[in-house]
Amino acid sequence: MFTWLLEPFTYAFMQRGLAAGVLVGLTCAVLSAFVVLRGMAFVGDAMAHTILPGVVVAFLRGGNLFVGALVAGVLTALGIGWFSKEGEVREDTAIGVMFSGLFALGIFLLSRVRSYRDLTHILFGNILGVTPVDLWIMLGVAVVVVVTVVAFYKELLVTSFDPGHAVATGLSPELVRYGLLLLLALTIVSAIQAVGVVMVVALLVTPAATASLLTHRLPRIIALGAVFAVLAALGGLYASFYANAASGATIVLMLTGLFVLTFLLAPGRGLLWRTLSRT
Amino acid sequence: MLFDVFNYGKSCTVPPVPGQAALEAEHLTFGYPGAARPALDDVSLRIMPGEKVALVGPNGAGKSTLVKLIVGLEDAPRDTLWVYGNPVGACFHRVSYVPQRSDVDWRFPVTVQQAVMMGRYTHLGWLKRPRSIDRDIVEHALETMNLTHHADKQVGELSGGQQQRVMLARTLAQDGDLILLDEPLNNLDVPTQEMIFHVLEALSSQGRTVIVTTHDLGILPIHFSRAIFLDGRVVADGPVSEVLTAETLARAYGVRLCTDEEETEHVHLAP
Repeated sequence: MFTWLLEPFTYAFMQRGLAAGVLVGLTCAVLSAFVVLRGMAFVGDAMAHTILPGVVVAFLRGGNLFVGALVAGVLTALGIGWFSKEGEVREDTAIGVMFSGLFALGIFLLSRVRSYRDLTHILFGNILGVTPVDLWIMLGVAVVVVVTVVAFYKELLVTSFDPGHAVATGLSPELVRYGLLLLLALTIVSAIQAVGVVMVVALLVTPAATASLLTHRLPRIIALGAVFAVLAALGGLYASFYANAASGATIVLMLTGLFVLTFLLAPGRGLLWRTLSRT
Repeated sequence: MLFDVFNYGKSCTVPPVPGQAALEAEHLTFGYPGAARPALDDVSLRIMPGEKVALVGPNGAGKSTLVKLIVGLEDAPRDTLWVYGNPVGACFHRVSYVPQRSDVDWRFPVTVQQAVMMGRYTHLGWLKRPRSIDRDIVEHALETMNLTHHADKQVGELSGGQQQRVMLARTLAQDGDLILLDEPLNNLDVPTQEMIFHVLEALSSQGRTVIVTTHDLGILPIHFSRAIFLDGRVVADGPVSEVLTAETLARAYGVRLCTDEEETEHVHLAP
């Protein structure tokens, strides 16, 4: 049993994969609470997609993927913020147009030069290909996200709960939203290594969505979300090791599985519980 | 917007100008972009410190717009709107705002204690945690609004009336001089309404200024001494008995009278 558990981690790439899974899981779970509770899932998904051209340009020029993604992410965060403020079009429409357009640009660029094999790593993630440098970046992002959320916790609370009151007290909800979008960009860039552009939104939504089935307290939603995300990363790693399947997909499947289980079995609120109490 | 960052939590450097109105609007005209007619058309009014004023008028009369301009949710044109003799936005401590219930995300997970503590944020600013004095003030506000035993509950678990009491407790904790409540009485039971009026009365007797918007004309005569009837412009302003004349009432409820007639006709035709 123990050899079965420990054997995968005799490999260096599996150790790095584990560390990456834990770091990315924690980072995503912290933001996940705000993404879910503020209804930013679509924005998160869009941002993951618009980051693609940045990643591809960095990839093609042999630069650091993180830097390329970060530039694209920051530009997207500013763009989304600007659209929601000045835009003539509705925000979700603008995001919908921009994100498919930029995503297409990324794929266009990549398809002209490289084979689609390279594309799959960016689109669907490759947590086992994480380099030590990537790990340091993930650690940095995790620290920045956690420290920022703790430092500005009360501003995040008031702008989410009652933006009108925030304005009346001199605090700009737009500023907080920009800040949150920037954190989101950082987190997505770090998570792309693990699960890829297409599935990042799962890590940004499912942990908190699952946790909110069990508790209504924000600190607990964040903590439980982190537990779920790390569990899924671990489970996904094992599954991909023994079943020789794509790591990003198995992580997301684990996470989704946890959500479905919780949805059915959550004490007091789960489907099973409610069905039983009815009879 | 960039410089607004520093306003949050900044201590109040502009004292109220003595002898000035708590709120003064002078030829205030404001329209939303793309709207056919302005929401507020040449509005002038003076409200003195300690007054308790009802802002009445039909839906879409600009009541909420006026409140939003005072609070800073919309930008008022220069030199049209003053709070205690200073331009709007000069001091965030002084103005406290209870938005319409639908403008608040009640499902967001905060506790009653946290929600009331938000009234103290403007005194704290960036990176500062609530001090023990802030906690004492919040505790006292919870006590006043009879919410002490709900302090650790999530706001989403409360009834509508309890939620409105949370908002008023937050206002008490903020300790502002000009208190604005946007439609605070919608769908509230009578005991809660009475409790809210009791607290507003106490605030006003301390010399604070209270402005309440409402389209419910039934409660007016009992609780307010002055009413301002707004319909894009100021239709009437004065003691409640003078403002609530047949003419203004007809204006406010004209639309509803029409639909009543149509319905009656419909009933006649039906058989």
